[in-house]
Amino acid sequence: MAFTRDHELHRRRFGRNAGLGLVLIGFVVLVFGLTIVKVQRGDKMQAYDHQPRVSMLPASDPAPARPAKIAPGAPIGQVSE
Amino acid sequence: MSDIGILERDTEGQFGDYIALLKPRVMSLVVFTAFVGLVVAPVGVHPFVAFVAVLFIALGGGASGALNMWYDADIDRLMRRTQSRPIPAGRVTEGEALGFGLALAGISCVMLALAANIFAGLFLAFTIFFYVVVYTIWLKRATPQNIVIGGAAGAFPPMIGWAVATGGISMESLAMFAIIFLWTPPHFWSLALFMKDDYSNAGVPMLTVTHGRRVTRGQILLYTLILAPVAVGTAFTSIGGSVYLAVALVLNALFIRGAVRLWRRDDAAALAEKYATEKRFFYFSLLYLFGHFLALLAEKGLSLFGMGGW
Repeated sequence: MAFTRDHELHRRRFGRNAGLGLVLIGFVVLVFGLTIVKVQRGDKMQAYDHQPRVSMLPASDPAPARPAKIAPGAPIGQVSE
Repeated sequence: MSDIGILERDTEGQFGDYIALLKPRVMSLVVFTAFVGLVVAPVGVHPFVAFVAVLFIALGGGASGALNMWYDADIDRLMRRTQSRPIPAGRVTEGEALGFGLALAGISCVMLALAANIFAGLFLAFTIFFYVVVYTIWLKRATPQNIVIGGAAGAFPPMIGWAVATGGISMESLAMFAIIFLWTPPHFWSLALFMKDDYSNAGVPMLTVTHGRRVTRGQILLYTLILAPVAVGTAFTSIGGSVYLAVALVLNALFIRGAVRLWRRDDAAALAEKYATEKRFFYFSLLYLFGHFLALLAEKGLSLFGMGGW
């Protein structure tokens, strides 16, 4: 005799459990997909945390998306991407 | 033997019974109209976000279906058409349906708010509240105009779709709401004319029972006449255009003609031909709604090629 024996209840509920399992996997895939889309779009990633933070403040003047890099040895005023 | 009742229940809900609680056929209408509302909006939505949004709008609609079946289990047991639903058939208990519906309602609203925007999530919550509390619990058993109230709940999905894209409400989304809202009474009352459900047994005041078929035929014509200018007028909003106008003119002319025919006959004449005209009007009403929303989609599609609109 097997060490663990399936109760009849487990067999009866197999379809239901398998269905629920698939639904949960689907849910994980949806949330993962949403995350990828939102990160790629550059949506706001932080929420208000009871304290003003510089990273949450609206930019006062149109600043470049990332700071321009200055190539080593380049004359001042000349920037490269 | 055991005091755990679950082991002794001979019939138990399978996965399909829980799907049935979501009223999949109502859901398909919700999916279609919410999708159109989302697509025709002037703001583009990422395809995956749009897919997730429509999915959770549909799930919210399903949740209200489950909550409706929870509350209406007592009358579902009395009517032949609804006796095979999961609760009257004894495969799902009332408590299970209530828990299932509440959980799905919460999940769908929160997920819609996270995927799209807070306003869309709140709007979905309001729609579920309206269908379950205002329609099912409060007015369905209190007034013969219950179908009109229920129609409002069914008319919100395109507005939610629009809110997913734009984050608000506008003239155009209200027009889509009005079309479904005014379409529902002729649609359902024509069904009630030939379905002969035992509503009186169940104590639900259906217009055909409380005011008779003569009045019902008049009300069908009345709502059809109010619907026509709204449906045609939508052509002149930013989502309409010449294609939509042409489709709306034809469909509304045919719909009014059908309603006039229903209005001019009495039940003896209808019985003589086994309600063929009523059935034709009912099936045409499905085509009517589908046609209008398809035409709106077509206008959007044409606008991508620089055509459509005015």
